[in-house]
Order: sequence, then C-alpha cells, then structure tokens
Amino acid sequence: MLQILLLHVAAAVIAPVLLNRFGRRMFAVLGLAPASAAVWALTKTGEVMAGNQVVETYTWVPELDLSITFRLDTLSWFMVLIVGTVGALVLAYCAWYFAAAASGKGRFGGVFVAFAGAMLGLVATDSTLMLYLFWELTTVFSYLLIGHYSDRKVSRRAAMQAIIVTTFGGLVMLGGIIVLGQVDGGSYSLHELVTATPEMTTLTSVAIICVLVGAVSKSALIPFHFWLPAAMAAPTPVSAYLHAAAMVKAGVYLVARLAPGFSTWASWEWPLLVLASGTMLIGGYRAMRQWDLKLVLAYGTVSQLGLLIMLVGQSDRAVALAGVAMIGSHAMFKATLFLTVGIVDAAAGTRDIHQLSNLRRSMPFLSVVAALAIASMIGIAPLAGYVAKEAALEGLVHDGSPRSIALLVVLVLGSILTVAYGLRFWWGAFAAKDGLEDTPTDREAWQMFISPTVLAVAGLAAGLVPALGERLLAPYAATYPEGEEGHLTLWGGFGLPLLLTVIILVGGAALFWWRGRDSGLQRRESFAFDAEDLYRRFMRRLDRGAGFTTSLTQRGSLPFYLAVILLVAVLAASTAMLTSENTFGPVRLWDSPAQLAVGIVIVVGAVGAARARRRLKAILLMGISGYGIALMYELHGAPDLAVTQVLVETVTLLVFVLVLRRLPAYFSNRPLADSRWLRAALGAAVGATVSLLALIAANSRTATPVSVNFPQEAYDYGYGRNIVNVTLVDIRAWDTMGEISVLLVAATGVASLVFLRVRTARVERASDLQGKKLGGIWTDGAAGDDNLVRLQVRGVAGPDGAATSSGSVTSTASTASGDGAASGDATADQPGALERWTDSAVGAMRNQRWLSAGATLAPQRRSVILEIATRLLFHTMVVFSLFLLFSGHNAPGGGFAGGLIAGIALVLRYLAGGRYELGEAAPVNAGLLLGSGLFLSAGAGVVPMFFGGTVLESAVIEFTAGPLGEIKFVTTLFFDIGVYLVVIGLVLDVLRTLGAEIDRQGEAEGYVAREIAHDEADLDDSGSVLAGAGYELEDPREPEPRADGSTTTGSSSTETEQGGPR
Amino acid sequence: MIVSDNTPSMVLVVVMGALIATGVYLLLERSLTRVLIGVALVGNGVNLLILIAGGAAGAPPLIGSSDEAMSDPLPQALVLTAIVITLGFTAFILAMAYRSWQLHGHDEVQDDVEDRRIARRAEQGELDTRSDEATANAALEAAQVRDETEDVPDATSKEGHR
Repeated sequence: MLQILLLHVAAAVIAPVLLNRFGRRMFAVLGLAPASAAVWALTKTGEVMAGNQVVETYTWVPELDLSITFRLDTLSWFMVLIVGTVGALVLAYCAWYFAAAASGKGRFGGVFVAFAGAMLGLVATDSTLMLYLFWELTTVFSYLLIGHYSDRKVSRRAAMQAIIVTTFGGLVMLGGIIVLGQVDGGSYSLHELVTATPEMTTLTSVAIICVLVGAVSKSALIPFHFWLPAAMAAPTPVSAYLHAAAMVKAGVYLVARLAPGFSTWASWEWPLLVLASGTMLIGGYRAMRQWDLKLVLAYGTVSQLGLLIMLVGQSDRAVALAGVAMIGSHAMFKATLFLTVGIVDAAAGTRDIHQLSNLRRSMPFLSVVAALAIASMIGIAPLAGYVAKEAALEGLVHDGSPRSIALLVVLVLGSILTVAYGLRFWWGAFAAKDGLEDTPTDREAWQMFISPTVLAVAGLAAGLVPALGERLLAPYAATYPEGEEGHLTLWGGFGLPLLLTVIILVGGAALFWWRGRDSGLQRRESFAFDAEDLYRRFMRRLDRGAGFTTSLTQRGSLPFYLAVILLVAVLAASTAMLTSENTFGPVRLWDSPAQLAVGIVIVVGAVGAARARRRLKAILLMGISGYGIALMYELHGAPDLAVTQVLVETVTLLVFVLVLRRLPAYFSNRPLADSRWLRAALGAAVGATVSLLALIAANSRTATPVSVNFPQEAYDYGYGRNIVNVTLVDIRAWDTMGEISVLLVAATGVASLVFLRVRTARVERASDLQGKKLGGIWTDGAAGDDNLVRLQVRGVAGPDGAATSSGSVTSTASTASGDGAASGDATADQPGALERWTDSAVGAMRNQRWLSAGATLAPQRRSVILEIATRLLFHTMVVFSLFLLFSGHNAPGGGFAGGLIAGIALVLRYLAGGRYELGEAAPVNAGLLLGSGLFLSAGAGVVPMFFGGTVLESAVIEFTAGPLGEIKFVTTLFFDIGVYLVVIGLVLDVLRTLGAEIDRQGEAEGYVAREIAHDEADLDDSGSVLAGAGYELEDPREPEPRADGSTTTGSSSTETEQGGPR
Repeated sequence: MIVSDNTPSMVLVVVMGALIATGVYLLLERSLTRVLIGVALVGNGVNLLILIAGGAAGAPPLIGSSDEAMSDPLPQALVLTAIVITLGFTAFILAMAYRSWQLHGHDEVQDDVEDRRIARRAEQGELDTRSDEATANAALEAAQVRDETEDVPDATSKEGHR
C-alpha cells in the first residue's frame, strides 16, 4: 500500500514534466497510478473475502502513538477499488478531453494524481490521525482542482468556499478524533474504535458529533451543501471524480466506517439521519429546477449523498448492505453522467438545456450510455442502482421500526425526485425540444467515449450478478449491530417493495412530465433560508471582527506599542516586588560625597536633554550627562569604564554633530504635545520601578559572586593585572567576540543606510582632486568657481530665503570645524581672495606638505588653529592609542579604549581637512579593518586549539630583547588587537558615512537644511494620515527663529526651551 | 579581594532612576533624534544598574595597585562592552534618522499607514470585497464556466466571469 502511495507521489511529481513535454496524451499514462491501486485491490480480493484483513504498519512518531497503518478490510477494499478505477478512467478521459493547448495541464495532472493518492490513503489507513492527514490533503488538492482556472473569479470563489467549509469541518473532526483517542477505552485506530467502542458519555457523544461535522461538511450535507454545486467551476473531469469517487465520498466513507460502532448512539443517529434525509429531499428538489446539465448532476449528487449517508449511517445490516452497494453503483453512474456532460459540452459548446436539442440523433451512442447510467440512478432493473435501491426498500420495510418507516418515506419521496431529475437530465441533454433546431455538434474523438461506456456497462454487469456483490460486501454489512442480513437480488418477489418501486417510477415520471420541463421554475426564489447567504454573512462578520480586533491591537503607532510594553513591565514588576517576601535592606546614602555632586550634574543634564527643543542643545546636554557618568564610574573604582565612557561620549557627540549639519536645527512641531504629561508619568513610573528593583535586588544576593576568584584567575591564567581587561579578552572572551560581531554589523548597517553607492568604492584621496575643483569641499553646492564666489557673497545679503538657511548651516557646521566659518566670512567680500587662495592651495599640493588635503577645503571652512592642533596631536594620539592597547593588560586601557583614541584622531584629521584628508589619514576601506579585526580575534581564539589548548586560552611568551629588556608577551594581545581594529573600523565607517558621504550628498543637493520637519509636500501624504489619527499639526510655514538666535520671530518653538538649563 | 558589601548607594539608585525616567520619556517621542537621546540615557541608566548590582565602590580592579578591597570587575567588563555597543547602536540610529530625513524630509517615526487605514475602515464598517462574495448564486455563476476543450476556439472557451 505504501508503495502505491509513493507511486502516486512520484507520478504527481513527474506529471508536469510528462504533460508539458509529451502532451495531453500523458494523462492516460498518469492513470496507471490509480489503476495500480485498483489492480492491487483486486489481487487481494481472495484474502479480503476470506476475512483476512491485510494490515501494513510503519512506525512514524511513536511518542504520539502515530504510525502509518493500512488495513484492508471489505469496506476499504471496496473503496480502493472505486477510487482507483474511477481515477484511472477519468485520467484516461482527460487525455482526449482537454485541448492540446489547454493551459496549466502540467499542474492539473500532478494535482489530480496527488488527489487520487490522498483519497487512496484516506480509505486505506487505519489510524484516525492519518485519516485526518489524508482528509486535509484531499481538501487542499480539491481546492487546487476546483480553482484550476485561477484567472476566473468564479473558480477562485468556488475553491475558496470549498476549502473554508471543508477545512472547518476537518478541524472540528480533528478535535473529535483526539478526544476519541484519548478517552478511556478510546483509540486512534479505526478498527479498534469500531470493534471496541468507547463508553457513551457526554464527552464521547460530543466527540462523535465533532467527527460527524467533518463528514457532513465534506459530503456536502445541509447546511454545508452549497459548496458542492459551486465547485463545478472545476473542469468537468474533476467534477466527475469529485462527485463519484473522491472528496464527497470521504464523508460517506467515514460514516460507513464508524457506523458499525456508533450508529446506535443518540448523538450519532438523530443529527445524521435528519440531515441526510433533509439533504436528499432538498438536493432532489433543487436538481429539478436547474437548467445547466452539470448543475442538475451536482444537486443530484447532493441528494444522493443524503441517500448514501442515510443508508450507511443507520444501524440495520440489510439497509447497510444496500447502502454500500449504492456507493458502488453511484460511483459508476455519476462518473458516467459527468463524463457524458463533458462530451456534450465539448461537442455542442454548451450545457444549457434551453439550447440543447436532439443530440440523440447526432450522438446516438452517447445517448444510450447516458440512458444506462440514468436507468441505474433511478432504479430500473437490471442495473446496479436498481439492485441497491430494492435492497434498501426491502431492508427498511422488513425492519418496520418507526425510524425505518420514516426513512422509508424519505427514501420514496427522494427517489421520486431522483426519477424526475434523472429523466429531466436525459431529456435536457438528448431529446428533441419544441421550437429548437437540432443543435449542431462536433465530432469527438472515440477514445473519449471509452471511460463512460466502461462505467455504464460495469453498472449493468454488476446489476446482472447481484449474488457476487452480496458475497463480496456482506462481510462489511455483518459488522452492523442490528437486524437480519440483507440480500442483493434482482427479483425479490411481489410485495410492498415492488409496489413502492412502481410508485417511485410512475410518480417520478409524472412529476417530470408535469413540472420538469417548466422553464419558469428556476426563476422563482426557492427558500427564504439560504445556506450560502448565511455563509456569506458569517464570513462578513468574521472579516469585520478581524478588522475590529486588528484596529484595537495594531494601532501602527510605535510610541503606543512601547507604552503598552513598558506599562506591562511596570505593573508586572511592581506587583511582583510588592507581594514578594523580599524587603529593602540597609541603604547607604552615598559611597562618597562627590557622588552626590556628580549625580546632580548627570540628572540636570538628562532632564535638560529631555526638555530641549533644539537638537544641538539636547545633544550637548546629553553629553554633559554622559561625561558625568564617566566621573561616576571613576568614583566607583572603574577606571576602564571611565576612560571608555569619556571616549565613547566624545565620539558620539562628534558623530551627532556631523549628522546635525544636515538635520533641521529644531525638533519638529510637537505632534505629541497633549500626551507629554502621560509620557512623563510613564517615564517616572518606569524609573521608580527600576529603582525599587535595584534596591531589592542588591540586597537579595545569597550566593557568592562568581567574580570572587577573578583576581587570582586573572593573574594565574590570564597573565594580566588589569582584571577587567583580562575578563574581556580571556575569562569572558566569548562575550567580547559576540560584541565585536555586533559592532561589525552595526557599522555595516550604518554604511548601507547612507551609502547609496557601494561602500567598497575607492577611498577618496587628495590626489584625485589635483588640478580641478580645488577647495570645493564644504561649499554650498560647489559646482565651480562661480558658485564659490556667489557663496561668499550669499552669507551677507541673499535675495531669498536661501540666505537664512545658509546662515544656519554655516553656524552648525562651524561647530564641527571650530571657528572656521567666522574667518571665512571675514574674508568673503575681498575680491581676489579666491585667486590667492587657489594659488596657495596648489602650492601646498605641490610641496606635499602634511595635511595637504586641507587645501581641498573651502577657504571659509579652514581653521588654522585646528589644522595646527591636528598636526601636533595626531601622531601623539595614535602612539597613545597603541600604548593603551599594549598596556591594557596590566593597566587601564585595552583594545576598546585604544581603538577609540585612534578613532578620535581620525575624526580630528577629518574635521581639520575634510573628507579627502580622511582618505589620506586612513587610506583603507573600513570594511577591511572590521573584517581583519574580527578575523584576528577569532583566529587568536582558534590558534590555542592547535597546541592542544581550548578555544581562547591564553599563553605567555617571555623573552629578552636586548636593550628593551625583558618582554612578557601574552597571546591574548592578538585578540585585543582584533578588538582595536574593529573599533577603529567602526569609527572610520561612521566617519566615512555620516561625515564624508553626507558631505558629498550635501554638495550634490546643496546645503538646505529645513528649519522644521514638515513642509507642504509632506502634508499631502503623511500629514493627512496624522491629522486623521488625531494629531495636531501646526502650520508648517510658521516663522522659525534664526539659528544664531538674534531674531526670534516664532513663539511656539521657543517657549519650552527657555526653562531648560544650558 | 573584592568588596563584599552589597548595600546600594542611594545616590546611584536615584541617578539611575532619573536617567531611566528621562530616557523613557524621550523614547516615547516620535522624533528619531530624541528617541536616540532617550536610548543613550536609558543605556547609561542600565549601566549604572549593573554597577549597583555589583556592590559598593572600591579600589580599581588592578592587581597590586592598592591594598583596599577592589570593586567587582565582572559588572565592569559587562558595562564596558555595553558602552561600546551603545556607540555602534547610536551610529546606526543616527544613520536611520538621516536616511529618514533624506527620504521624507523629517526624522519622525510615523504611524504605520496601513494599520491606520485598517483601523479607519473598521470604524466605518468598510471591508474589502471578498472574492467569495456573490452577487448571485455561486452555483449559477459556475454554470457559465466552460472548460478548455479541443474544438472550442479560445475566445469562447475563456468567456465567463473573470
């Protein structure tokens, strides 16, 4: 069995290749897969008839009690036969049905075979969980098949309906399966469930109802019946397979499978039989009213499914035998009829009863085939359908219980409808109609007629040997709990059943004659209660509910999300702290009084930064607070931290200022002004919570800190005296490794955010500029000398607003480059200054003076003082950084501090000489530094392994180096050098990006930093959204204060600023 | 030896609390620059918190530099990496703020437009039309679909609802 399933998988996989390469005839080859299943079932016939169930078991997930088990008993054997045979015949039919140029053949073939495989597994498996798996597979594949014409709205809609309804049912069923598997006496084996039924309790009753919901939704019983007629948007062969053997038969199979065990339960019997009866009548009634041949059949199937489930769902043996025989005959006649419709559709170009006339003449053979199938459906001897229906009537009459009488009435009424719509189908398709000319037909390939003919003849053959059918199927019917064994026979003698048969046929014919040809029927609305409408309304409610929930939780506002998270943190943490046993221990006021003074500076800086309205001011205040923290570290006894904090704070400030050159001077108008007190309250709450946490946590220590032994370990294993540094490069080196990786990622991120070109572009050197455009750096839109001259005038009297903005930028930039702007302004008006300056710059280049790239800077940006200071300091700083790097193992310093110092030296060069100077100072790509740094650190970690050590182990090398004296060399130095390089790389990357690249972009676009964030363009798109979200928007063109603060025309922007400390 | 005194210094606790409070206040802003300043302040506050958890102040953790008890080196090592990471983080957000300014003309974190649209539509009860929402009976519409069979020219085989 497993091999056959794998064959289906393989066939499904190669199907697209076959079909696309060798054309549509390959459908017939694909048919071999389901055919093999049918053949396999036939070879097992003897065993199954002898009562030996064929069982195959493969362990899959033992922990879940999940194994791949197949059990071939009578019912499964029968179903495998049906699924395999019909599947093979339908696929063979496809080989001639579809046009050679039909779209999506490959996908269609693959999905069809997979669908057949899933159906095969469904009817053959013994595990309820596997059954569920195959169940949902058929759902998914049928979705793909129904939606085959994915470019048609109606197909997509039908497929969506089908998958939603059947998946819903499947999930409910899964719940029932799990309950039935977990309760006492329950099992995940179908066989055990039926033979040793669990005790009937409320729980198991509900569980079995859940399972029935799955079956009812899959088999399109009311109230889920609407998906099946809509599903005929699928290609006709799919409809044939879906209606006759697969998908909807899965529900029938499940009912038939479980009925021997559960059919006497009230929670099974009542709902199932009521729904099945209702479905049979409603389906038949609706089929009477359709004018599309496929729709007649589709509603007919709905009706027949009701009949089938009614028969196999009750508990009487004789009726069950009739039911299972009916499954077989239904498969044969329904497949035949759908395939017939396919041929009619292809030949006549329509399926509309209004348009088809007298096809009997042009397609006599097909009309006979169809007549055979119809005869089987409406129960005319000697066809299979007749045998089954007779047996059902006989069984119900014989049983005679009130339930059987009720079912008998339904059966007779339903059968009358069946006869009526069956006649109507044949009449509609083949009969000559008044007032219609004969429909012209095309000639169809004779191969297309094979499959329907085989199936119709099979129905006849099976009907002729009812005893064989009885012998084959009786073992299954015998598993039902009640009643005498039934018989399948062509002649049951005179009696009530025969009378009923006559009534059915005559009544049906009369009904067809009087009402079946009335074309007005369909126009009238049939029911006030429409299940499809109900479904649509439910889906709409669902959508609305989803929209409401989304709008409630997903506000799209970052501050809102953050506030929620913080609020939860505050509430949860404070509740835990207040209800816990821990109390505040002793607290000391301060470690030293200096802490208080420093603390005040820090807090004042922080509060000022929070209140500031000007970016620069906020950042400077933040810097003050940061430097205060450094002092705090020093007071705490952490010199390494203090050094690093000072350096980081410096670099941060510089970087900030570099970016601020381009950002507006003021924070934008305050969209959150209303909520500031709320935010302040939340901030205070978080601060208070964390403070409480600190007080409690510090006093809750019970274990000895891990760091107690650090001093000893640092010296003995790390060979260093600076414990913090040894911790970084040895004891907790993995942390550091992770950290420098993060730095590398951050640096790369910065570069990729700002560099619109590639970062690996050549480093810009001063020599690139030789002979052209000297002094272009840091001018406004420096396109040439004309601009330069204009720029020098512009600062004084501009004709438009550009002067204002130029002024503000100049002042911002001047902060970065010392007081260079001031000297530039002073010389701006002197004619001839430009020529003089250019001469000197060229001279500087020629002489290759150090810091020569300073000559590439615009004259008004140069600062002699800064240049001289840089010349003095740069080398010293580099040497000092190396000193910190090498001495870090024993004294404060190390790779981080050293790298930062070197980085600041680079910043200095950049500020003094512009971006070309930066290229001169560090003529390498930052990525190279970052990469080699990480490589060095990782390598230093790996090397000890080659000498039998562990990763990141330290070793010491001591040697005498002549006049330099004794040198003690610890291998972790390499690790620290890696850190050093990564930090330099980070700073360089930031400098290249936020410094040099922003310069370049600024030159390209012109330095026009807007004073406030919003302008009219923004209001058009995002502004309206903001307004809709309830934020106040101030007038974007409100006058703003000049950056130099000399004139304050705006009022709102400065009112909050005045209170802040400077 | 390392200081074994765990009692926290009130000044440190208060400073830490104030840093976190101001930092959170700024974090809840929309301007990326202010958010960034908030991150820096919160970062400093958390660094202090780690330091407080390490115990009282002491001599620098340099072996042989002093006879007094040293401050705990482990929190210091942790904080040191945190400081440098904050630098990388700062640079990254700054680049983001700059990019935002470059693209949108401001550095504010805007509301997700799509989320706002969903909320507005949910309020007004508007919904996207569902693909399975029928104006007529779905089965009747399905009746107008025909398969791609051989003898029917493309134009007619593909008619029907799209």
